[in-house]
Amino acid sequence: MKLDCKHVWEHISGYLDQQLDPALLKAVQRHLETCEVCSAILDSTRNILVLTADDRTYELPVGFSERLHAKLQAVIAQNRG
Amino acid sequence: MAINTAPQQEAALIRRILAGEPELFHELIRPYERLVYVTILTMVRNEAEAEDGAQETMISAFRHLNTFRGDARFSTWLVTIAMNEGRKRLRKAKTAAEDPLEVLVEEKEGDFTPAVLTDWREIPLEALERKELRQKLREAVELLPEKYREVFVLRDIEGLNQEETAGAIGINVTLVKVRLHRARMMLQKYLVPYLKSEVPGRGGFFRRWFQ
Repeated sequence: MKLDCKHVWEHISGYLDQQLDPALLKAVQRHLETCEVCSAILDSTRNILVLTADDRTYELPVGFSERLHAKLQAVIAQNRG
Repeated sequence: MAINTAPQQEAALIRRILAGEPELFHELIRPYERLVYVTILTMVRNEAEAEDGAQETMISAFRHLNTFRGDARFSTWLVTIAMNEGRKRLRKAKTAAEDPLEVLVEEKEGDFTPAVLTDWREIPLEALERKELRQKLREAVELLPEKYREVFVLRDIEGLNQEETAGAIGINVTLVKVRLHRARMMLQKYLVPYLKSEVPGRGGFFRRWFQ
């Protein structure tokens, strides 16, 4: 199987999620070995996912948890009464 | 963020809450605070509004806990409530301003052109440490059209699996994959200019990370 760049782009997500079937995976890998453009796109997408998974990217506001549980406690107490 | 609370453990907690130990609800929702907050934040784009929405979501979950059926994951059920809460707030605020990233969305699903970069290969570690880059990423996520954003938030920010994501949104797994891919490619295209760094890349670090 020989792929051109446009086809490889369609499989970048599947590649990162390790969901490509073996034949396709092999073809994508072969293309990536020789194509600077596609491997740069793959790397940048992967890096965005690394950044996304970083807990500091989405932080809870200071005191969020305390305020939430205080509010819940009020509702729970009300419910009992 | 991976959510690892065992479903059996959760089911037991829920039974006890409903059987007369409501205080245990605090414990039940603790692993999902961020999930609920971020889900709403990326919709309403305002921290105070998102915090309000997260509180309302948890209160609503508490009041309706007896309607939760064990055939779905509790996280999935909670996300559904959070997304409804987010939509309610959006309608109220009428923040449905045009989405700048919409211009990047071509007509056909799956047809797109990622941004091409040839002068760097990896984001150097120093660049990933930059606060501005995280800020840019948050902005870009907020700018994604809703159907792509909701999938990206659940899969890549909150780490739900494909089935849980599909269940929470009410679409099939194939569509989850297609939209996730599109979302990632839109973000890649949007973020590439900010990813460039004066510092030359230290090859290999993040490549190893994912393998």
